[in-house]
Amino acid sequence: MKLDHTQPLEYSTDQNQLNILGFWIFLGAEIMLFATLFTSYFIFEGRTGSGPTPAEIFEITPVLIETFVLLTSSFTIGLGVHAMRLGRKNAMLTFFGITLLLGLVFLGVEIYEFMHYYHVGATYQTSGFTAGLLTLLGTHGAHVTLGLFWGLFIILQVKKRGLTPENANKSFIFSLYWHFLDVVWIFIFSFVYLKGMM
Amino acid sequence: MEFFERFAVPHPSPMIYASMVAIGLVVIGIVFGITYFKKWGYLWREWFTTVDHKKIGIMYLISALLMLFRGGADAILMRLQLSSPDMEILDAQHYNEIFTTHGVVMIIFMAMPFIFAFMNLVVPLQIGARDVAFPRLNALSFWLFFAGAMLFNISFVVGGSPDAGWTSYFPLAGNDFSTSVGTNYYMIAIQISGIGSLMTGINMITTILKMRAPGMTLMKMPMFTWSAFIANVIIVFAFPVLTIALLMGTTDRLFATNFFTTTNGGMDMLWANFFWVWGHPEVYILILPAFGLYSEIISTFSSRNLYGYKSMVGSMVLISLLSFLVWTHHFFTMGQGALTNSIFSVTTMAIAVPTGVKIFNWLFTMYKGKIRFTVPMLYSIGFIPLFTVGGVTGVMLAMSAADYQFHNTMFLVAHFHNTIIPGVVFAMLAGLTYYWPKFFGFMLNEKIGKWSFWLLSVGFVLAFFPMYITGLDGQARRMYTYSEATGFGPLNLMSFFGAALMAIAFVTIVYNILYSIKNSPRNIGNDPWDARSLEWATHTPVPEYNFARLPQVASSEAYWDAKKNGHKLFTGELKDIHMPNNSGVPFIMGIIFFVAGFSFIFALWVPAVIALIGIFACMALRSFELDHGRHIHVKEIKEIESQYEGGAK
Repeated sequence: MKLDHTQPLEYSTDQNQLNILGFWIFLGAEIMLFATLFTSYFIFEGRTGSGPTPAEIFEITPVLIETFVLLTSSFTIGLGVHAMRLGRKNAMLTFFGITLLLGLVFLGVEIYEFMHYYHVGATYQTSGFTAGLLTLLGTHGAHVTLGLFWGLFIILQVKKRGLTPENANKSFIFSLYWHFLDVVWIFIFSFVYLKGMM
Repeated sequence: MEFFERFAVPHPSPMIYASMVAIGLVVIGIVFGITYFKKWGYLWREWFTTVDHKKIGIMYLISALLMLFRGGADAILMRLQLSSPDMEILDAQHYNEIFTTHGVVMIIFMAMPFIFAFMNLVVPLQIGARDVAFPRLNALSFWLFFAGAMLFNISFVVGGSPDAGWTSYFPLAGNDFSTSVGTNYYMIAIQISGIGSLMTGINMITTILKMRAPGMTLMKMPMFTWSAFIANVIIVFAFPVLTIALLMGTTDRLFATNFFTTTNGGMDMLWANFFWVWGHPEVYILILPAFGLYSEIISTFSSRNLYGYKSMVGSMVLISLLSFLVWTHHFFTMGQGALTNSIFSVTTMAIAVPTGVKIFNWLFTMYKGKIRFTVPMLYSIGFIPLFTVGGVTGVMLAMSAADYQFHNTMFLVAHFHNTIIPGVVFAMLAGLTYYWPKFFGFMLNEKIGKWSFWLLSVGFVLAFFPMYITGLDGQARRMYTYSEATGFGPLNLMSFFGAALMAIAFVTIVYNILYSIKNSPRNIGNDPWDARSLEWATHTPVPEYNFARLPQVASSEAYWDAKKNGHKLFTGELKDIHMPNNSGVPFIMGIIFFVAGFSFIFALWVPAVIALIGIFACMALRSFELDHGRHIHVKEIKEIESQYEGGAK
């Protein structure tokens, strides 16, 4: 394995560079995926049938908690990657751990939110609107869930094998993924919740 | 027994029972044969676990040919049913299933793997790379495609085939009107192979952007690589739309959601929009690599460099942008306003401009060239006029006011077959003949190949040109029978004869392969066609590592420069070559995806959950696995190189 020391560790091998570019292209596909979900949500927003409207079911408190923890987690994973570049393994692991904990809180609150929708009669089957909403939120939530496992695996690997070029590469790519989920959430917060509550 | 009733075919006929027996016998025969000749180990080591782009390409090629015959059998049955008025070979339900599976098989499981075959075989060689960027992901793409294809193909003997057309419009495809599990097969089989296609898209873009040989700037890439690059960009942006549409269709059918229903806020037209936002770019995903192949072939056999390289690239970029802006033209009659229809009319007609540029570029490439009428060149020359007819009728269909007359008639059927067959199928057969010697070490017989070409071309014209006329006279597509009074009889009979000629042509192609395996000479050298780009600069058949030394490139025709202008392709010392390890995980994931898909189709939740856990377990395993690949050492390389005639260059 040839190491290029002029580059940060996560870019230091040819395969590492390929992985990062490939992941950016994957994120391009993810943008299309969420763009399709947003489009369908906007179309279904007013198509509530006999079910509730957005304003009737949205609650500001859980949404604010979710937004706060997810945005914070995006900051902490940034600190994690910074620590990784400084070669400080323990600091990095701590920040990654905090990130995943915040992700877990986000997921917990989102599950609470879904149960709330269920109790007020906005189930998956109720209307076009509820199906569109729950698919958009659910796809984002599924991404976060997958990210929690993925992040956990990376923490275990860094712990076991140290800051190798491979692990640095994985950690960096994971941080891209996590930031992306945060960006999607900002759009969800603005164009689903705020718009729906106004 | 109640549990097993769900697997029964809802509309059984003697033909389906015969197919069941035939499938059973063939499977037993294959398993017995492999066991008898003790080939399981060989298959596992050399093919099931391979990550080599050339072997994956060959597997795509074989799958595509198999699916061509499956889809072709559907086509022959349809033409037979319509060959004269009031035929009763197929009933309405069976006819619905057959035109649905014909469309899906031909687009998703024949044309897509065919272009993936050529991308896999040719792109790494043309850019002077040793493999794709993510070899194991490449294997996974193939096995996901294969799992999807197998899943879709068992539908007609287990539970019933989809019957709502390859477009599967809702509410027709909803549970109320499409009552068997058929449309579940459609949703899930395409989903699985679509995930594979998306991965190939990411893989190929990364490969082409990052792994080109030294000196090969973007504007020095061979034209096929350019076309593959653009097609893969379209894949990455179009397939996620299909992913979501299929997901919504699946939940509508399995979990009673209201996406595409007509009650409780559902919107059936959203399916049509999403389907074609993917579906129209999809046809350019197929045709652009075909254009790329034609560019390579026409330039080689005219003994001239490609005319208008930059305008070729520019027109493909333009086509890829426009391809996302035309989807509404598939349903002009479905209730948009005149303004919307007009806008989409204009964008659709605009696509004819860059396509026309390409046609003229090919003509100018041939102009004053020394043309050799080989089989690949015949297909390319046949393509130009036939495809142009298809393009012109496309412009007719693009006029939204006139489309009210053409919509959903045989005129449309004639149009899209007229673009896809001379456009894509001819290109695939031309590519097959052109690249065959590179990967198998012998040429296909030219004489039989010419017979195939003429049978196919004449058959094509006979089969599809009459449909323009019956379509204008009002014969609707997807209608399983018609009365004598309509007067459609004679022209439909002509179509049937055309279809039969095409079937004979495909049989001659298989015969050609078998004949050439037996009779063709094996000492053909590296460059049997006197070609121009890098894939011909390495040995035939291509060694595992493609190039012992990476080539140095100074133009888009590096090998031609080396042959005619004294350009030095291979310089420097041999070095150890790093290669990826084989892995069985992609194959196993393909099987698990098959099980998961099957369980979802029949709403068997326990195995579905187990299979999903299996998929995530495979991904977790991959995360923890340490795989640094292996090295082929200089000594080994020298041994392999000396086995080829003339030794290392």
